[in-house]
Amino acid sequence: MAVYIEMPKLSDTMTEGTLIKWLVKEGDTVEAGDVFAEIETDKATMEWEVLDDGVIHQLKVAAGDKVEIGTLIAVLLEDGESAPSDDEIAADRSGADAPAEESQASGDSPTPSDSSSSSVTPAPVEPANPGRRVKASPLARKIAEKRGIDLTAIQGSGPSGRIVRADVENAPAGGGASAGVAAGAVAAVGVAAAQAIPVPALEGDQRIELSGMRKIIAERLLASKTQIPHFYLNTEVDASSLMSVRKQINETTEKTGGNKYSVNDFVLKAVVCAAKAVPAVNASWAGDSIIQHDAVGLSIAISVDDGLMTPVILDADKKTLLVISEEVKSLAEAAKNKKLSPDSFSGGTITVSNLGAWGVDSFSAIINPPQAIIISVGSISKKPVVNSAGEIVAGLRMNIGLSGDHRVVDGAVGAAYLAEMKKFIENPALMLV
Amino acid sequence: MKYDLIVIGGGPAGYVGAIKAAQLGKKVACIEMDRAGGTCLNWGCIPTKSLLRNAELYSLMQHEAESFGFKIEGLSYDWSKIIGRSRKVANNLAGGIEFLFKKNKVDYIRGRASISGQGKVSVVDKDGAASNYEADKIMVSTGVVTRELPHLPIDGHTIIGSRQAMILEEQPKEIVIIGAGAIGVEFAYFFNAFGTKVTLIEMMPHILPVEDEEVSKELGKAFKKQGIRALTETKVSGAEVENGRVKVHTEGKTSETIEADICLLAVGVQPVLPEGVDFDLDRGYIVVDDDYQTNVSGVYATGDVIGPPWLAHCASFEAIQAVEGMFTEHQAKKVGTFPGCTYCNPQVASVGLTEQAAKEKGVAYKVGKFPFQASGKAQAAGETAGFVKLIFGEEHGEILGAHIIGHEATEIIAELCLAIEMEATYEEIGSTIHAHPTLSEAVMEASHDAFGHAIHF
Repeated sequence: MAVYIEMPKLSDTMTEGTLIKWLVKEGDTVEAGDVFAEIETDKATMEWEVLDDGVIHQLKVAAGDKVEIGTLIAVLLEDGESAPSDDEIAADRSGADAPAEESQASGDSPTPSDSSSSSVTPAPVEPANPGRRVKASPLARKIAEKRGIDLTAIQGSGPSGRIVRADVENAPAGGGASAGVAAGAVAAVGVAAAQAIPVPALEGDQRIELSGMRKIIAERLLASKTQIPHFYLNTEVDASSLMSVRKQINETTEKTGGNKYSVNDFVLKAVVCAAKAVPAVNASWAGDSIIQHDAVGLSIAISVDDGLMTPVILDADKKTLLVISEEVKSLAEAAKNKKLSPDSFSGGTITVSNLGAWGVDSFSAIINPPQAIIISVGSISKKPVVNSAGEIVAGLRMNIGLSGDHRVVDGAVGAAYLAEMKKFIENPALMLV
Repeated sequence: MKYDLIVIGGGPAGYVGAIKAAQLGKKVACIEMDRAGGTCLNWGCIPTKSLLRNAELYSLMQHEAESFGFKIEGLSYDWSKIIGRSRKVANNLAGGIEFLFKKNKVDYIRGRASISGQGKVSVVDKDGAASNYEADKIMVSTGVVTRELPHLPIDGHTIIGSRQAMILEEQPKEIVIIGAGAIGVEFAYFFNAFGTKVTLIEMMPHILPVEDEEVSKELGKAFKKQGIRALTETKVSGAEVENGRVKVHTEGKTSETIEADICLLAVGVQPVLPEGVDFDLDRGYIVVDDDYQTNVSGVYATGDVIGPPWLAHCASFEAIQAVEGMFTEHQAKKVGTFPGCTYCNPQVASVGLTEQAAKEKGVAYKVGKFPFQASGKAQAAGETAGFVKLIFGEEHGEILGAHIIGHEATEIIAELCLAIEMEATYEEIGSTIHAHPTLSEAVMEASHDAFGHAIHF
């Protein structure tokens, strides 16, 4: 029985592989374990081994060809076997030549293909959240189809969160609203079809109905965690300069009745300055491309009753520390009073989450899709540190974490960004220029 | 004892709002100066539909019996029994509302209410006794009455409004009806069916002027066949009452003097306002904001008293929205899509845009039409008058308007109201399997027709 060698799935996210180089020729005898080809995946080039003894009968693809996982690349004949004809090969494989089904479930998150164009006849739209049933009126569906708008990315304002014409007509062409949770009467969005693990009923248990906000948090973060390849970096910064500058400013503004600055305000400014120095982190994965954002939209994670909201400070890169500080205060106020408008949630490109006030030293946050990084800020604590003279002294330290989407941001880029953040926090004067 | 809500007026807005508030756990009182159910139940929708059913049956027996193979000799009717049945129906239903009040623990207070201060209502009952109540919120749903014309004051026996028209002790031999809106048209049909000579006068070019023109024209033809004389583009310049009869002078397309026993005014309505408060008014109607609040703090208003459309189903909707807005997180909504129905024969029902309106708005549209003549059920039932006319957006095919004239139009329209509410298109309506044989199939066929695919027509 001939052995059919297919393009193997060498990584979680791989859908196609390139046959870089054949290491055997047709007619060569091979043994199980012999390397026979170099295959390039999305991450690396690997040497692949045959699993059986035999003779290489046919190499079905040429060096340099890029094929889908599961495609036949070589036929191996075992000792004494006669060669099958092409028809026989086709018949043998007819049950098995569809690319592995796993490629759909492995977490590709294709996004609408024409996000930057405003074509009249847009390409068919790939749903951002495949498998999620969308409640939309027939008219809304028609308009969305015509304009290439992805319904799964739109919040519905109709009854029970149904998407109606108005929602589609107000959505940007080629995409839905970006990351963020709507305030007030939140539309109840269907939760992803992920399997729920049954919860045994215990004495005294209480069933809490999911609020609209909770459903959205659950859905988005599950999607983020399962579809984005997260990596995590940490750095500890010396917060003493920051604290003394802040003290100095606040002492003055207290007398003049001006704005009182929080530590986080400075951190936000550092996030923005670092993003100007390392713009590669201010980007988004768009399926077949990476969108490099121009402005920096700061998504501020705000804790509210029963949940979390991330309203946005737009064009943060063009705003002063004062403006940023004031906007944070007003957004937090509005969030607590459920007065945030749906507009407050669009345009974010980097999220900042600060749990320092709760005494958390450091943590790894979950990326807010479709952004590429999220910055997690810990508390400032006094601890023994080693100074430049090699002595142990009391230091004031703060931990800054970065969670990155490895499709967009590589380790070195993330590290460079964190280094910039560290520089700005430890030398606040640099944020003035 | 302080109420959470006092509702002034026990009609479709008042009683519905009161019951809704009670169901939300609030302490509610409903004050009504006549009878629970208001105008709709006692002096409007309900009794007239009872009378119209009578007219329909009598018409059938009189004019169609033979074609159905019946021989009816000595057919006669008892006018007082006809009126009596409508009163019995109204009375039953009013009793039903009173029962609902008890069931939901709404305090039902009979009397005339006025607002005597912030959160204070005083009521004077039919014996003149006064009592005072307090509430956090007040909802005014005092409705409307027949609008009079300056040269035609209602005297109650010769010049009358709809309220008197439905309880006339004697059937008039001749009647002049001024105004061919739904009320005028229904009474025209009713009186004519029993042999009264009816003259119907209308200022606009068609009877039922708010309906789609094709529908108005179709009804005009039907009325003509029934022997109703409809004078359109005609105004009433004056009238005199002489010897218990009325002489009505017209001008316009028709200028003449018409004599009749009775003149029925059906030119519109005017609001009934409770005393004690200076409301912001718009053409006499109470002005309310998005939450149904008036300019007076703590006072809301719903129903006919806040303006058009003067329809019971809209009033009930408004009351529920207002009350939910008051006591829950719900953001109150204003009336959006609503149907309008006229229960003469053939019935008329519509929702959404007329073709004229679509043209005026510059909307690109397509029309689908299906005559009942082509309907199997209509033929079998012997009711082939009329048609279904549907208006769809040209680009996406969404349903914009529906106009039905014919047997049971007022029932068939519900499907189209749902379709508009759900933003459905001709595809959904056309691909929904409608039962056969029914009149409602005509709706499905009309959808097919709009985009060129009708099978049965």
